[in-house]
Amino acid sequence: MSIWEYANPVKFMRTSGAVLPWLVGATAICLPAGLIWGWSVPEDYKQGATVKIMFLHVPSAMMAINIWVMMLVASLIWLIRRHHVSALAARAAAPIGAVMTVVALVTGAVWGQPTWGTWWEWDPRLTSFLILLLFYLGYMALWSAIENPDSAADLTGVMCLVGSVFAFLSRYAAHFWNQGLHQGSTISVAPGDRISSVYSYPLYTCMLGFFLLFVTLLLIRTRTEIRRRRTAALLAREMRA
Amino acid sequence: MIAELGRHAAPVLAAWSISGVLIVGLIAQTLVAASRARRALEKVERRG
Amino acid sequence: MLALLIRDLRLATRAGGGFGLGLAFFLIVCTLVPFGVGPEGGTLALIAPGILWVGALLACLLSLDRIFALDWEDGSLDLLATAPLPMEGAVLVKAAAHWITTGLPLVVAAPVFGILLHLPSGAQGWLVAALLLGTPALSILGAFGAALTVGLRRGGLLMSLLVLPLYVPTLIFGAEAVRRGAAGGDGTTPLVLLAGITLATLAAIPFAAAGALRVNLR
Repeated sequence: MSIWEYANPVKFMRTSGAVLPWLVGATAICLPAGLIWGWSVPEDYKQGATVKIMFLHVPSAMMAINIWVMMLVASLIWLIRRHHVSALAARAAAPIGAVMTVVALVTGAVWGQPTWGTWWEWDPRLTSFLILLLFYLGYMALWSAIENPDSAADLTGVMCLVGSVFAFLSRYAAHFWNQGLHQGSTISVAPGDRISSVYSYPLYTCMLGFFLLFVTLLLIRTRTEIRRRRTAALLAREMRA
Repeated sequence: MIAELGRHAAPVLAAWSISGVLIVGLIAQTLVAASRARRALEKVERRG
Repeated sequence: MLALLIRDLRLATRAGGGFGLGLAFFLIVCTLVPFGVGPEGGTLALIAPGILWVGALLACLLSLDRIFALDWEDGSLDLLATAPLPMEGAVLVKAAAHWITTGLPLVVAAPVFGILLHLPSGAQGWLVAALLLGTPALSILGAFGAALTVGLRRGGLLMSLLVLPLYVPTLIFGAEAVRRGAAGGDGTTPLVLLAGITLATLAAIPFAAAGALRVNLR
């Protein structure tokens, strides 16, 4: 049991096919449960009902960053060891990450309107997310622009590496540029928890739900990419014959 | 099931509906692309 | 290496080489902005650092696809790949040629455009210093973007999408240094950070760009 076994697409297809129904089931239970729980929490004394936006905003923001990190790791595995499924997984993850970034930005804007009195503020956190979205778009555009699949995987991998460094750099540069309006991290492990358990348990459930949703979609999309690759290979063989 | 939203009904509903549309759209696109790829592969494999 | 640099410079300065085009573009941007925001000197002075930097960014972007595209088409890039000079060195030389033909003229001409936009005279020194330290990073990052998209038929638009986000830190620190200078303050901190970014990109990006070129030449 190591990831190198799954560099073989056939093996990957078999295992992922077996795991997928369980993942779909877990997502179908966890995500609606978390969302309904989040929807029915009591109002916050300060923010009123807007606190309900948190159950979409925080998990999607978390996933937006984590998906980029996952793409970075997958690209590294491809670049160093030529793990084909890894490259395809990085490609499959990008649109999910982009949608998560958009969800985080939109919910943030809608939430900012009643609480800060503005839709958009050039705050470091908001700005970094906008830049992250640009990186996702560039990454996806580069993938779809290059025809040779191996070159595309190589070039997007290199772009992901450089982009990660610069996304990180932009975040700190933005802090330097403008002190923020956004609050600090919501989840803290320090004692004297900043968020009441009335909100934190549904929030954790939502985060788990979003994570499961990501893994499920990632597997489906990776399987789609493998099938596309195989179809193209078979067609090319026919052309030659 | 309809919770009391008070004066912040509009932003909450807007945020939830926009996110819902985006995420459902992503899931739908994933499923459509998956079934299309599966059918295309089956067609090619049957022919070959 | 020197021969390659001289060859690139000669190609760029020859008729049709596009030399001075970036400068003309920069001039147009600085002319158009007052039409857009109104002619009040106070407003212009306030936004001048940002406009000058964004203008420099876009002027730099215009000529990026020339870094490798022509050599790719006529095959001299393949010759460079087999030459004893390592690819990283070739990338560095190409970026240097790009900087000398677009970045350096901008640095020299920037004070004139600063006057056009009512930039306070105290900020002129900061502007030149920031551009001098920042534009090499723009050229080398641009070379990376050009290396990624060199094989593509319509790579220009894609390249701007890839390269512009990479310019964000340079833009932030560069404009901040000029803004602090314009406010009569001390812009040393952003200037030092800007120099740090430029040095780091000069050290690291040639490897990434050379890797991308090798993939494209495969």
